[in-house]
Amino acid sequence: MPIADWFKARDERRYTSIGGGSAQTDVPEGVWSKCDACKRTIYEGELVAANRVCPHCGHHFPLTAMQRIDLMADEGTFVEFDAGLTSVDPLQFCAVKPYADSLDAAQDKTGLNEAIITGRATIGGHDVVIAAMDFRFIGASMGSAVGEKVTRTLEAARAEKRAAVIVTASGGARMQEGILSLMQMAKTSSAVARLGSAGLPYISVLTDPTMGGVTASFAVLADVVFAEPAARIGFAGPLIIEQTIRQKLPRGFQSAESMLQHGMLDGVVPRDELASRVSLVLDYLALASQSGDAS
Amino acid sequence: MSRKYVMEFERPLIELEEQLVALRRIDLSDNPDLMIEVSALASEIDRLRIETYGHLTPWERVQVARHPDRPKVQDYLAAIFSDVIELHGDRLYGDDAAIVAALATLDGRRMVVLGHRKGSNTKENIKRNFGSPHPEGFRKAMRAMRLADKFGLPIVSFMDTKGAHPGIDAEERGQAWAIAESLALLSELHVPIVTVGIGEGGSGGALAIGMGDRLIMLENSYYSVISPEACASILYKDSARAADVAEPLKMTAGDLLDLGVSDETIPEPLGGAHQDPEAVFSAVSERISSAVGSLVVIDDDELVERRYKRHRAIGVFEEGA
Ligand SMILES: [Zn+2]
Repeated sequence: MPIADWFKARDERRYTSIGGGSAQTDVPEGVWSKCDACKRTIYEGELVAANRVCPHCGHHFPLTAMQRIDLMADEGTFVEFDAGLTSVDPLQFCAVKPYADSLDAAQDKTGLNEAIITGRATIGGHDVVIAAMDFRFIGASMGSAVGEKVTRTLEAARAEKRAAVIVTASGGARMQEGILSLMQMAKTSSAVARLGSAGLPYISVLTDPTMGGVTASFAVLADVVFAEPAARIGFAGPLIIEQTIRQKLPRGFQSAESMLQHGMLDGVVPRDELASRVSLVLDYLALASQSGDAS
Repeated sequence: MSRKYVMEFERPLIELEEQLVALRRIDLSDNPDLMIEVSALASEIDRLRIETYGHLTPWERVQVARHPDRPKVQDYLAAIFSDVIELHGDRLYGDDAAIVAALATLDGRRMVVLGHRKGSNTKENIKRNFGSPHPEGFRKAMRAMRLADKFGLPIVSFMDTKGAHPGIDAEERGQAWAIAESLALLSELHVPIVTVGIGEGGSGGALAIGMGDRLIMLENSYYSVISPEACASILYKDSARAADVAEPLKMTAGDLLDLGVSDETIPEPLGGAHQDPEAVFSAVSERISSAVGSLVVIDDDELVERRYKRHRAIGVFEEGA
């Protein structure tokens, strides 16, 4: 099959699985989950109703990119763009296993084409572009495709005078794309700077974990930076730090709460308040950026 | 006798060279057979030298890039710049010795020089944290970038770091924030930015002062998203297998040129820049002058636009349905 057809066939097959929208619809009945934090069992229906926050201890379970968008966007307003944009294997990278195989496996596992979903929506009635990362897809690492999708999201915000909202989760750069992945930091940071120069607001929400090259580029360059409770946020991974300094890391190191205390975040916001908090910030910032507009 | 630093792959050659030196100390005037052997050894050494250094593997180049005698930013500052005034401190926390920022003159052109600063010896390396900056280092660099922008001075940046320092204090003071802010700032400066990869180009900590309008790489310098050791320890659970990932990571000057990330490669003397620093200084000086000269004539808004497009264009992906 020609490669373009293969991509097309795969997109059609996959699209139904992610396009279904709301997280509530794909919950199997009668499933129990165990909380990683308090170890108690929770009925799946109860977990879904609480946006996957443990009703016992408040632990925030990971969300998929689509669940993130459902959580943030006004119901029924999200329209995805660049859905078919996918990674290739530019370096023919192979160590232990070929990168191409990792990509296939991630696509099969998640039903996604890449580690990020991007599109237009409204949040609290504000026109936004929104992007959400999906950690299940090779640790939501940033390669060329993720970098391109983030950049297009920010450029669309600028072109259409929308605010940008990005929900991050990432292990960092996608090393299988070598220097090309590092350069996505330069590319996405440039796009954030341009959006800022145009006077348009950008809000980021850092979720567990947000590390490495994603933190050190578009994630923390937002006008307002929020994080979910207990999200791990940093540049270097804890193992690398421990190996370098040969000492145990303090409790809560690199947690959202610790980063807030060190002045790196604007707030740690529980999941069920995120959408309304972002919407309220947009009431301030989007209003300012649109003053003079007919709307 | 001071022991010189020997890279693993050059050990057979160095041992033969030492033998030759020892033999030459002996008076061989009454031993013609031995004289013939010595001259044979000398030609064998010449052959082996070309075999050893002529076609370095990526991992061997990484070792050359890390060679302790390799010229460092302070050597370039001393050799090719004049009227150097170093700037200190980030005005927020401290003065990171792992980053140098200076006003300096090259061929009569005044500019701002930035660089990762490794030490020239162990004691200095400890002071300079082996060239791995903390956030205050990047913030010092940002001060110098703003200064350059304000007064229209071109920026020349010397990239030579294993990476941003991974530590508790660095994280708590916002390592990721400092790097990200530096990238955003560099993207909007209205002055030319020329980067020279002179040794190690380790990840975000290298990029944070290395993003610009031109990237010139010394032949044996490298630039990578991750150190080969860290990559090997993730993929093979064994950092000793770094040599196995140095090739697939495509981190050499030649790879970067092929991938369109760098603009040119400056050839090094056989065996590496440390074999003949003067030759390297002169080539680097000439290439910086030429690059800066070609950029200063561009209108500054156009320069920013081109820089945006330059980075915008990097990346390979597929547009699906
Ligand atoms: Zn719990």
